[in-house]
Amino acid sequence: MTTINTIQDEIINEFALLDGDMEMTVFYLMELGQKLPPMNEADKTEDNIVKGCQSKVWLTARLEHEKIYFTADSNTAITKGLVSLLVRIFNGQHPDDILNADLYFMHKIGMERFIGTQRSNGFAAMIKQMKFYALAFKTKSEVGS
Amino acid sequence: MLHQQVNGKPLVYFDNAATSQKPVSVINALVDYYKGYNANIHRGIHTLAEKATKAFEDTRHTAKAFINAASEQEIIFVRGVTEAVNLVASTYGRAFVKAGDEIIISGLEHHSNIVPWQMLREEKQAFLKVIPVLKNGELDLGAFKKLLSSKTKIVSVNHASNSLGTINPIKEIIDHAHEAGAVVLIDGAQAGAHLEIDVQALNCDFYCLSAHKMYGPTGVGILYGKKELLEKMPPYQGGGEMIKEVTYQKTTYNDLPYKFEAGTPNIADVVAFNFSMQFINELGKDNIAAHEHELLSYATEKVSALKGVKLIGTAKNKVSVLSFVVDGIHPFDIGQMLDTRGIAVRTGHHCTQPLMDHFGIDGTVRASFAVYNTKQEIDSLVEGLDRIIRFMK
Repeated sequence: MTTINTIQDEIINEFALLDGDMEMTVFYLMELGQKLPPMNEADKTEDNIVKGCQSKVWLTARLEHEKIYFTADSNTAITKGLVSLLVRIFNGQHPDDILNADLYFMHKIGMERFIGTQRSNGFAAMIKQMKFYALAFKTKSEVGS
Repeated sequence: MLHQQVNGKPLVYFDNAATSQKPVSVINALVDYYKGYNANIHRGIHTLAEKATKAFEDTRHTAKAFINAASEQEIIFVRGVTEAVNLVASTYGRAFVKAGDEIIISGLEHHSNIVPWQMLREEKQAFLKVIPVLKNGELDLGAFKKLLSSKTKIVSVNHASNSLGTINPIKEIIDHAHEAGAVVLIDGAQAGAHLEIDVQALNCDFYCLSAHKMYGPTGVGILYGKKELLEKMPPYQGGGEMIKEVTYQKTTYNDLPYKFEAGTPNIADVVAFNFSMQFINELGKDNIAAHEHELLSYATEKVSALKGVKLIGTAKNKVSVLSFVVDGIHPFDIGQMLDTRGIAVRTGHHCTQPLMDHFGIDGTVRASFAVYNTKQEIDSLVEGLDRIIRFMK
């Protein structure tokens, strides 16, 4: 199992090749977004929306063998790219690991500007929602066992 | 400010409809005030207070001439257009709008010229009617005339649209509204830096401006109101400055304009606002309009020629606002990508959600130009857009 931090380091190394060029970084981010596995249109409901001011994100999660798997989509290409990074990091991880994760990759790849600006793209809200799913699955399995 | 690098590229600032950058004279005025004569105005008898009061009142004098008001008593300093509209809705509206009365706004309004009237509507069980917008972004004046009736008490529209740039035929709107017996408020937020304003020739009842969209500081604006109306209106906020005499039994209110200026005002920014109006006066509105019109025509031609671009708002008369969408690319992505090239535009609904709904879009990309912008900067915008469109296809 690849750990959350190993994947974060992989992402940091990939983005380092772009040499801090903001335009190339954004283009690359959008390319990654295009590779995100498609989400069922039926899952794009109001309930599954993580809403920012200008872009929407749909997020669902399922638990399989005590690991969480996310599917997500966004109506804007850049946000979709950001979502794809989070999905890549968190997919197949244990709820506890997601809850305890320290996401440091954003600072290292020059994405600080997208963080904390929940109003514009809901990136922070997205992370919160993923952790919320992790907490919900954890609680459910604890109650169940 | 304008000579800086953003993301390693020279800044191109095309978000002037949101707020304009400030000339050195305005910035210096702020510094000079705080360094040289900061004092509370109107009450102090010492030299600094006199100097600060004079500078403050000088701005009122300039503002009177700037919009050709009949008297300085008709110039009330507020925080900006938002507060000006709220002031009129809360005072004139509360005093003179009754259940069943009607307020008319247009489909081009900013949320600041919608929500205060909705609040008044709820309070008074009044009705809010909206002048429809035509496909090209102009108002449907035929429909407006049909909306008018003896029940219409207030008509509140903008001089120019922040989202589309449409310049509205406000003189015509004012005349028709007056025939129906309504008073008219004009939101001049997008006009102040671009269009000639003569409140007496327009014969409008209220006119509002925000200094920060006119090369001035944030947090200051003007509410112009006809003296006879302002006198009839109850005060907006209670406190110091707005009173004549206070006893626990009864308080008498101060004369205009102080009746509406409770508390210590935003002295420094009002003082600096004078310099922004002088900046506009020195350049001349005609020269400003000519330059901006040239930029708008140039940008319109170049941007509309790009693949997949659709202009939103193609009215015959426009201020320097270019709003557009690109087929298959979300405005947010365009804005973010232009930012990586140092180009600042606005994306989204521009605080005009009902208008975006009318066009069936989430939002637009908006480039808005000011006196300091150049054709070369528009070339950078076009080059950036072209790259984005090609990358996304």
